[in-house]
Amino acid sequence: MSFEELIQTLQGKFGAESLVTTTDRAGDPFVMVPAAKIVEILTFCRDDASLAFDCLSNLTGVDAPPDDAEVVYHLFSYSKKHSLTCKVRVPKSNPHVSSVEKIYPTANWQEREAFDLIGIIFDGHSDLRRIMLPEDWIGHPLRKDYKEAADYHGISTSRPSLLYPEKG
Amino acid sequence: MAIQTQEMMLNMGPQHPSTHGVIRFVVKTDGEVMSEAIPDVGYLHRSIEKIGEICDFNGFMPYTDRADYLSAMNANQGYAMVVEKLMKIEVPRRAEYLRIIASEFNRIISHLLAVGALAMDVGAATPFLHALKEREKVNDLMEALCGQRLTYNYVRIGGVSYDMPPGFTEQSLSFLDKFEPIMQEFERLVSDNKIFVERVANVGAISREDAIAYNLVGPNLRASGVDWDLRRDMPYSIYPELDFKVCVGRGEKGTLGDCYDRYIVRIREILESVKILRQCFIQIPEGPTLADMPKSLKPPIGEAYVRTESSRGDIGYYLISDGSTHAFRLRIRTGSFTGMSIIQKISQGMMIADLVALIASLDVVAPEIDR
Amino acid sequence: MEQFAIYLHENFFYQAPLWMIKAAVQVGFASIVLLLFVSPFAGILSFIERRIAGRMQDRIGPNRVGPQGILQFLADGVKSLLKEDLIPKDADKPLFILAPYLVFLGMFTTFVALPFSSKLIVADLNVGILYIFATSSLTVVGLVMAGWGSGSKWSMLGGMRSAAQVISYEIPAGLAALTVLLLTGSLSMQAIIKAQGAHPWQWFIFDNPFTLISFFILFIALIAEGNRTPFDLPEAESELVSGYNTEYSGMRFVFFFFAEWANLYIIGAIMTTLFLGGWQIPQSLYNASAAVANWFPQVVQLLFFQIKALVLIFIVVQLRWTLPRIRMDQLMSLCWKYLVPIGFFCVMGVAVWMLLFPQGVPWMRTFLTILAGITLVYYFYRVYYQIKASNAEIQLNPFV
Repeated sequence: MSFEELIQTLQGKFGAESLVTTTDRAGDPFVMVPAAKIVEILTFCRDDASLAFDCLSNLTGVDAPPDDAEVVYHLFSYSKKHSLTCKVRVPKSNPHVSSVEKIYPTANWQEREAFDLIGIIFDGHSDLRRIMLPEDWIGHPLRKDYKEAADYHGISTSRPSLLYPEKG
Repeated sequence: MAIQTQEMMLNMGPQHPSTHGVIRFVVKTDGEVMSEAIPDVGYLHRSIEKIGEICDFNGFMPYTDRADYLSAMNANQGYAMVVEKLMKIEVPRRAEYLRIIASEFNRIISHLLAVGALAMDVGAATPFLHALKEREKVNDLMEALCGQRLTYNYVRIGGVSYDMPPGFTEQSLSFLDKFEPIMQEFERLVSDNKIFVERVANVGAISREDAIAYNLVGPNLRASGVDWDLRRDMPYSIYPELDFKVCVGRGEKGTLGDCYDRYIVRIREILESVKILRQCFIQIPEGPTLADMPKSLKPPIGEAYVRTESSRGDIGYYLISDGSTHAFRLRIRTGSFTGMSIIQKISQGMMIADLVALIASLDVVAPEIDR
Repeated sequence: MEQFAIYLHENFFYQAPLWMIKAAVQVGFASIVLLLFVSPFAGILSFIERRIAGRMQDRIGPNRVGPQGILQFLADGVKSLLKEDLIPKDADKPLFILAPYLVFLGMFTTFVALPFSSKLIVADLNVGILYIFATSSLTVVGLVMAGWGSGSKWSMLGGMRSAAQVISYEIPAGLAALTVLLLTGSLSMQAIIKAQGAHPWQWFIFDNPFTLISFFILFIALIAEGNRTPFDLPEAESELVSGYNTEYSGMRFVFFFFAEWANLYIIGAIMTTLFLGGWQIPQSLYNASAAVANWFPQVVQLLFFQIKALVLIFIVVQLRWTLPRIRMDQLMSLCWKYLVPIGFFCVMGVAVWMLLFPQGVPWMRTFLTILAGITLVYYFYRVYYQIKASNAEIQLNPFV
């Protein structure tokens, strides 16, 4: 199915006002989904026979300055060979999204990574720990406003330039 | 009176010869049988995605090598393709062919290392060295092509950096002629070896449903019986013009999707890659190797997600551009990362020796997991 | 020797009884001789193994120290002597220190009863074969101690594996040896060899079908006891990071390796003694060599013994560098489900055979010998065929 057909199917089920598509951008089209409905929509996407999105190809956490953060779901169907990009936008002050781990087990680690690097909290996740960084790391490095701490356990995170030592 | 036993917690890694890089497993074991192995990754996290937001688009290319150093060409190609898709750049035909030649060579050596390491991890040291010997010869060819032996940085956005050196075709073809019988010899040494089969068959079987649900990709997915190859089913570059078979696991020596299937799929893919390479060397057209590129790349505002078939399967690049010379967000979704996440589920009730075989057969590479 | 003992008694230890000093001197002298004999043997075997491994893996192997690298083991030994001797903080110190010596002792003392020729044997014990099995299983105590004493979980797993493995495989080994003992009626190593002849059809291996089977059982069991691939689970480097000897360094580590290679030789020697006629040479050859010098037959016998042992060692080394390692449960099921029942079957079979044919069956001996000959010819044909099929470049010259 093409993107338009997919959107029509979804809008027929969930209503047009909740699924917003943007058309003025280059590259892949995507659909904005309200955060409260993401589990419902992905469950439908997986179980509906005409959609049959059996694979969550990619889950990305994106910082959307100034105030928001996004989670991007790249769905893919092996049987129908079509794909769909869903986005969820939440405020960074309260970044809660429902976990889709129950629908797609692969989301487990990918959500941990998004939590680790962007700081999105996935409600209902079975094991939401940091995955890449140490447990005691402060901050979420892939946020645009991330400031690197001067040291980590007494180890300096910067070093003088080898070429221009006087510049520090 | 029953003997009182206690579960032992073993720490496998981060330095352990068969974790294939710096990965740690927390293994809960009762004697030889483990109840669970919990992977702990992140020791090699170099924040490549963050670097992608700081570098300009051409400058990021060498970092993709480091994301998957065993299959650097394929990683290069995926990244180049995502920028090209966003900027709608047409790549010259000759460059496409050169990319595929490089990628398929890279697939051969990556798979060679994978099967060799699997053989070594189940205890046979000799096949590994024979695999590495052939790998060296391909490395020589790659050095002739792009001057590097491991991290190639060969692909450019809009083409490739150099044309083939003179005599490269002949060298490659003569290598391929010698390589095929050596692969047969390798198979005779390993594939039907009774002990090898006993060690890997019926071990770590991943069902079709699990493979899709956990988003296993590439050879691991095909070994579980999913007839899927991006090169054939969502063709990119010049793959539609090439004739090759997709190798699918059939559960020949045991269960569908066990370690043996993953091993044999890789062996067969090596031979398919040889076939692809021969066709490429016949079909390659003359022409430029790099499209006319602007000095500074500024993709339009938008986003693109590109998946290519790397040696470790489907590697996905997700690029969001805000119209500047840097990426706004660049995500690399790699096969090892998703492959690794299934280990905790599959490893329950295995023996320690099986865990080693499972890790090796999934062909996870630590830098690709952690990026 | 006697005078040296008296000298010691008069000058140093006049309080101790003379017989005790005599015994001590004898033991000391024997140890020095054995040490001088065994050590180069283990070292040269390590060189041979590394060169074969190199050839099998399409590389050269050690060839720098001494002619063709034959002195490599000396260089390695000296290097290890100079290394720092580390004892981990969590180690059980006495056990950790004692373990390598026990392993070494277990291997070392078996040489006492190995018959290299009709006269060249330290002690022809009347319980020779029993003694060898007993002392060589002393090593398992050392291995378990090393595994436990290291204070590392991986080492402990290795130690436990080796305990389970060695103790299990003692049984099929013992059963297979029992078939020979039935035929000989003696435990003495020399008596076993003397009961066989110089020609292949006079060897115990071809005496009857049951001994032929027990030959293979004993071979497998001894490889397993010696922790060689495909049974090298206790030191599996890709699983246990070389198991019980992970934490050892310097000279203690060398002791483990000494024991390993000495054990490799013991495998060959035991097999040769029990099944392949030991040092037996044809009478004509004996007479011819006796004409040269009085002691010369002994040398020829030694040579025959060594050749037979080395062929077996060569096979063991080849197996090591070809086969993967089997898993713990497979190891146990191989032992208890296959080797032990077949071993019992062979013992019964030999007993019945001896009852039915007290004089042996000559045509069966001939038949089995010819069968073995055909198998060997077929083996060489296969090797030839494989080499031809793979278009490999043949490098027959062993000196690179």
